[in-house]
Amino acid sequence: MERSPISRRTFLSLTAAAGAGAALTACGSSGPGGGSSGGGAANTASYWFLTGQPGEGIRQAAAERFNKANPNNKLQFTAFENDAYKQKIKTAIGAGQAPTLIWGWGGGGLKSYVDAGQVEDLTGWFGENAAVKDKLFPSSFGPATVGGKIYAMPCETVQPIVLYYNKKVFEQAGAQPPQSFEDMMALVPKFKGKGIAPFSLAGKARWTNMMWLEFLLDRIGGASVFQAVFDGQKDAWSDPAVLDMLTKIQTMVKDGAFGKGFSSVDAANNADQALLYTGKAAMMLHGGWTYGSMKNDGGDFVSGGNLGWMNFPPVAGGKGDPSDTVGNPGQYLAISAKATAEQKETAKKFFTTGVLDADETKAWINDGGSVPVVKGTESVLAASPDAAFLKFVYDTSVNAKTFAQSWDQALSPTAAETLLDNIAKLFQNQVSPQQWVTNMNQVIGK
Amino acid sequence: MTVLAPPPTRVPERSTSAGGRSKSVSWMVLPALAVFVAFGIVPLLGALGLSFTQWDGIGQINPAGLDSWKAVLTEPGLLHALWVTFLVMALSWVFQTPMSLLIGVFLAAHKRYRGLLAVLYFIPLLLSSTAIAITYSALLNPNFGLGAGLGVELLNQDWLGQGNLALGVLIFVVSWQFIPFHSLIYQGGVRQIPTSLYEAAEIDGAGKIRTFFSITLPQLKYTIITSSTLMVVGSLTFFDLIFVLTAGGPGDSTQVLALEMYQLGFKANLMGPASAIAVILVLVGLGLALLLRRLGGGSEADSQLEGV
Repeated sequence: MERSPISRRTFLSLTAAAGAGAALTACGSSGPGGGSSGGGAANTASYWFLTGQPGEGIRQAAAERFNKANPNNKLQFTAFENDAYKQKIKTAIGAGQAPTLIWGWGGGGLKSYVDAGQVEDLTGWFGENAAVKDKLFPSSFGPATVGGKIYAMPCETVQPIVLYYNKKVFEQAGAQPPQSFEDMMALVPKFKGKGIAPFSLAGKARWTNMMWLEFLLDRIGGASVFQAVFDGQKDAWSDPAVLDMLTKIQTMVKDGAFGKGFSSVDAANNADQALLYTGKAAMMLHGGWTYGSMKNDGGDFVSGGNLGWMNFPPVAGGKGDPSDTVGNPGQYLAISAKATAEQKETAKKFFTTGVLDADETKAWINDGGSVPVVKGTESVLAASPDAAFLKFVYDTSVNAKTFAQSWDQALSPTAAETLLDNIAKLFQNQVSPQQWVTNMNQVIGK
Repeated sequence: MTVLAPPPTRVPERSTSAGGRSKSVSWMVLPALAVFVAFGIVPLLGALGLSFTQWDGIGQINPAGLDSWKAVLTEPGLLHALWVTFLVMALSWVFQTPMSLLIGVFLAAHKRYRGLLAVLYFIPLLLSSTAIAITYSALLNPNFGLGAGLGVELLNQDWLGQGNLALGVLIFVVSWQFIPFHSLIYQGGVRQIPTSLYEAAEIDGAGKIRTFFSITLPQLKYTIITSSTLMVVGSLTFFDLIFVLTAGGPGDSTQVLALEMYQLGFKANLMGPASAIAVILVLVGLGLALLLRRLGGGSEADSQLEGV
């Protein structure tokens, strides 16, 4: 996802990082006897994070600032590409070679580390350092909590899923932004008649389809339905709201709501976003992070004020709270249980003084176009060039009655894989709603 | 890339001096054997062992008896994945073999322009599967791809979004990638056929087509078996191109066994069932390779140059 042009600043920071990397390597190669040389490798904490601008530069700058301020407790960082990282971290943890700081998405993945006894319990530490905890959005702690205990520090940004629309296309079609799900469905034939896909959907990536299920189920049955699944209640998918939701999805597919050939559209190259900003699609349900990439790739689409956004509208007669949202309540840093006491100390020091310090917070807002999981950033958000969108994301996140984590992250990897598999089949009519429910009930609590 | 059996003159020599000579050189097999054991046999035994356990790749490995095997064998997805795997195998064989045979025969003639063509044909084999898959999915994109770009409605299908079409595209891309390789094998095979056979045929008044079916094809019997074995066993473990091109989709229309194994093991954290599938893959592969050798008939020591 290297879509942003390399700015001079990024380039400079990259060169600086190369230098720092070389210095760290030199430090590491001094062997066990090298403890006297000022730094000392024993309390150097390793830290892996994701590549891809603008996040990579921001993560790196934060780590470098921390290293500068703490010459005796350094971080040694390495960046990995998203999918490669997911594999690498799992293998490393399984082999007992995990980095001190384990970056992740919380939820079911974190739980699998907890079950294996691979990550530190941070409940006590957060109790002693209440200031660190109080600085962050309370909702961000949900996916960091397993069995009532906190195992990770929320970091980076909050990313709710947003219903985007192309204002120009709406104007040309003489359509109004939908106030309800029924409005959305009424718009389907209108846009189809003009040869425009009503909704852009990257059906090749299975998780993109999942966002429709998440919002529809919440709006129809309320947040409690998925909560029951998450809690592992037997046959929780059998709730009538689920069948209603699945039937609505298949009706949408049948009516061509997602446009021609949606199942071969790939999210990896942002083809779904291109459909929206080129005016080939009218609406798109997607993560908050796509705002930044559409701004980069879409010419003057975003800066010209053609992008509209809203929270997913209510379904008539539905039980869900219209303020509810779904997405990533944050990203997470856990501490490896296999790390030495000194390394853990360094990591905790990074939590208190490094993670989301004033500079990093500002960078996420101004360079990243995202809302960090920190309270009280309203004034910085308001001064940003993307103030309107950022305020919307901030308000949506703070005012949401329930901010549910994306299903595939919340559930265990085993259940998530079955879920994604069945969602792909649902959109292809390869499975009936009833069969879907049966398949999914089998992996509850697994 | 010599795929032929040793010339017949050596056969009696080897059988008569089996004692002394083969003993003195038998140590030469050791390096290859060591590598094969370390990277072939040991991981295979590891997978076999893991298939009787429950492991999520992170925590403890717990013995689980036959649980994984039961789970895998009762799962309807396995039969479907097996069916898709065999479909891919059979269709790509049916498509690739005649094509590469003809191209191979064509290229075997010593003509300069054919040498140039041989180089051109060879290009797809030089590209990585991932690059090929990314390129094709961009070309076949219904909104921004070739069909939409040229405005040709016939090309503008939902190529990767409909089950049968996606399977067809997959076979096409696999063939496009591997026909050059098999052509090369056939080219080598054809060049080994003694020209005296063709001269004799010419004297007897056989035409080009008759020569092809009566001399070239029978003489290539072992080459065909070699090429088919590579094709069939290769398509069993075929993964990268499918993973990038369709990821098993749409739905599960192109979900082959190797992909199923990957998703179970590395996405769903179910190493036990994934190992069971790996063992099934090995068994099926071995079975097919043996079957193909049987089809060849006779032992490997048989002469290939019958009638010379």
